[in-house]
Amino acid sequence: MDLILVNLIDGLVTGLLLFMLSAGLTLIFSMMGVLNFAHASFYMLGAYFAFQISLYIGFWMGLLIAPLVVGVLGAGVERYGLRRVHQYGHVPELIFTFGLALLIEEVVQFIWGKNQMPYATPEILQFTAFSIAGNSIPAYKIFMIFISIAIFIGLLYVLTRTRVGMIIQAALTYPKTVEALGHNVPLIFMGVFGVGTALAGVAGVIAGPVLGTFPGMAFVLGSIVFVTIVIGGLGSLWGALVASLLIGWITTFSKAYNLRMEDLLTWAGFTKPEPIWDSAWRDLWSITSPQIADILPYILMVLILIFRPYGLFGKRDA
Amino acid sequence: MRTKTILGLTTALTLAVSAFAAGADTIKIAFIDPLSGPFAGTGTNGLHQYQFAAEELVNKKGGVLDGDMFEIVAFDNKISPKESLIQLQVAIDQGIRYIAQGNSSGVANALTEAINKHNRRNPDGRVLFLNYSAVDPALTNDKCNFWHFRFDANADIKMDALTDSIVSNDAIEKVYIIGQDYSFGKAVAAAAVKYLGEKAPEIEIVGNELHPIGKVKDFTPYSRKIVASEADAVITGNWGADMVGLGKSVLENGFTGPIYTYYAAADGITAAFGDAGVGSLRLVAEGQLNPPANDTASEYIQAFKTKYPDGNLSQARITNVIEMLAKAINEAGTADDVVPVAYALAGMEHESLWGGQLMMRESDHQLIQNVHIMEHTDDVVYDYDNSGFGVKVVKTVEMAAADSPTSCQMRRP
Repeated sequence: MDLILVNLIDGLVTGLLLFMLSAGLTLIFSMMGVLNFAHASFYMLGAYFAFQISLYIGFWMGLLIAPLVVGVLGAGVERYGLRRVHQYGHVPELIFTFGLALLIEEVVQFIWGKNQMPYATPEILQFTAFSIAGNSIPAYKIFMIFISIAIFIGLLYVLTRTRVGMIIQAALTYPKTVEALGHNVPLIFMGVFGVGTALAGVAGVIAGPVLGTFPGMAFVLGSIVFVTIVIGGLGSLWGALVASLLIGWITTFSKAYNLRMEDLLTWAGFTKPEPIWDSAWRDLWSITSPQIADILPYILMVLILIFRPYGLFGKRDA
Repeated sequence: MRTKTILGLTTALTLAVSAFAAGADTIKIAFIDPLSGPFAGTGTNGLHQYQFAAEELVNKKGGVLDGDMFEIVAFDNKISPKESLIQLQVAIDQGIRYIAQGNSSGVANALTEAINKHNRRNPDGRVLFLNYSAVDPALTNDKCNFWHFRFDANADIKMDALTDSIVSNDAIEKVYIIGQDYSFGKAVAAAAVKYLGEKAPEIEIVGNELHPIGKVKDFTPYSRKIVASEADAVITGNWGADMVGLGKSVLENGFTGPIYTYYAAADGITAAFGDAGVGSLRLVAEGQLNPPANDTASEYIQAFKTKYPDGNLSQARITNVIEMLAKAINEAGTADDVVPVAYALAGMEHESLWGGQLMMRESDHQLIQNVHIMEHTDDVVYDYDNSGFGVKVVKTVEMAAADSPTSCQMRRP
């Protein structure tokens, strides 16, 4: 029972981190109609920038400055890259962001090398916040939870309660009309892209010390982010939140408990073939849940695509 | 006029080349390891250590035979067995007789098979395989052949030393084994279960688990299980980002016992652990950097750090490869025919630069050497990753597993 609570917290941390990444991506998608393959690369840049800044003026300034730098870079990419490619259609845009992802990875390796960076959590947060039955919850995790929740509330407020948010929402659905009303739609697009990438940057800054700051970090997280927004429904902020938490908890729980396929199959009424090592079903019978934990989100995505193609909270028909 | 110049140049060039050929040859050693992709850091660092060892230990001392120089030729195999075979063919076509490879036992298995086949079919162009890091026990047992020489202690020998250390620690009653889901991770787990069962059946193995290699984002759920199992010690064969991820997460979530590892040092890992790893991380390896075994070793380390300030002398055995190969070539009196060189290497005894004796066992071509248990600490003379932290020898098994059995049945030419 205690362990369930611990796993709930761990899953929440994973889920909220995923949310910060997918929130930006889903916003950018609903705006431009294009998946930004380089999104996880901005997450990586956030971690590396923050690491570099933290060497000189500490972790907290890194948390403040690095996302801004990443956001400006993202806005620059939209203004001088994507906007020019946009006129040729979606496929060139897709290829552009894909190329950008490869480019960023190479540049990071060129500057910082291929080894993992010694980016550590700030000293002030290096203590155990509390422990449940011998399992300590580091203070840094609590800090991560608060940062992510604050960002979600802030984002929701801006998008639904402010004038800027309303213009953005309108520009997403009816860009021509909004433009006719005298708003600068390209500027809005650039802004949203910048904010989206800055969010990925924040995620990188706070995830770098715990998940590791190395050139493969974008690759490791890249595909799961797309899965999240597909499950949540492309373009939906609430969807991104629910899907992120769902994925966080599913993977955490299936890794924490050794559920065996053998038990499941026996329960379903199948008999175990003997001897098992000669059977063609050997691999299926010997699967345990930690082994397949990381592919469960993909299975969930396939199911969602079959039964509810527009995702959990999506409005758009696929 | 112009024709004359060209003619003159050509003559001069021909003369120069033939003079060079008559005086001294270069003996090329192909280095086939990852120089791009996720493991490029490890590969590149290994290459530097080879180039430095060849330069310092052979070329500066006048080379081998009558002044022949060693040259390391790098081939990038992207850590893929398929790519390695292509690069092996390229190396053989260039007339290279010595193949050095180390990263990944999967690659080593493919190479040793291909080299064995090649040598059988081409008795005039045989090559030797100098395996400096791939530790799958099979390479010197069922899959052994006359052309393969292993300079690292294999996974079983290391686990033997490691379990000795665990058994001698009375505080350890429960052990958790976790590793990457592939041949090496499985070999480590099997060896741990076997040796612990033989030496100390009273020690309980409370967990034996494999996780996907290179794909785990967050090790927290695994650490929770380790802490919940109340294990006193953890054994893992993890390397690279998986080692850092697992180790840091386990320590962060409240584990305080020792973590026994194979590869938790250098290549950014030492720096990433920093203060957190002190008192917990243990490493089983050959080659002693701290405390330095002798002045020669100290000078060698300093010279290496001067040339490669960002590099690490993480694979001490590379100097053994170079020194023993040079010695064997001198003894054989030729570098072109690898058969006498191989015979000279087999059974060779040598004093290691890092202290201690080395003996290339004749029966299976496994180098028998001192294996150390090391500790991650800041109490070191030579650190890794310029981090102030490094590994220090706390226990030594002299000539580890010198009489261990082998199933190798070698066919000699």
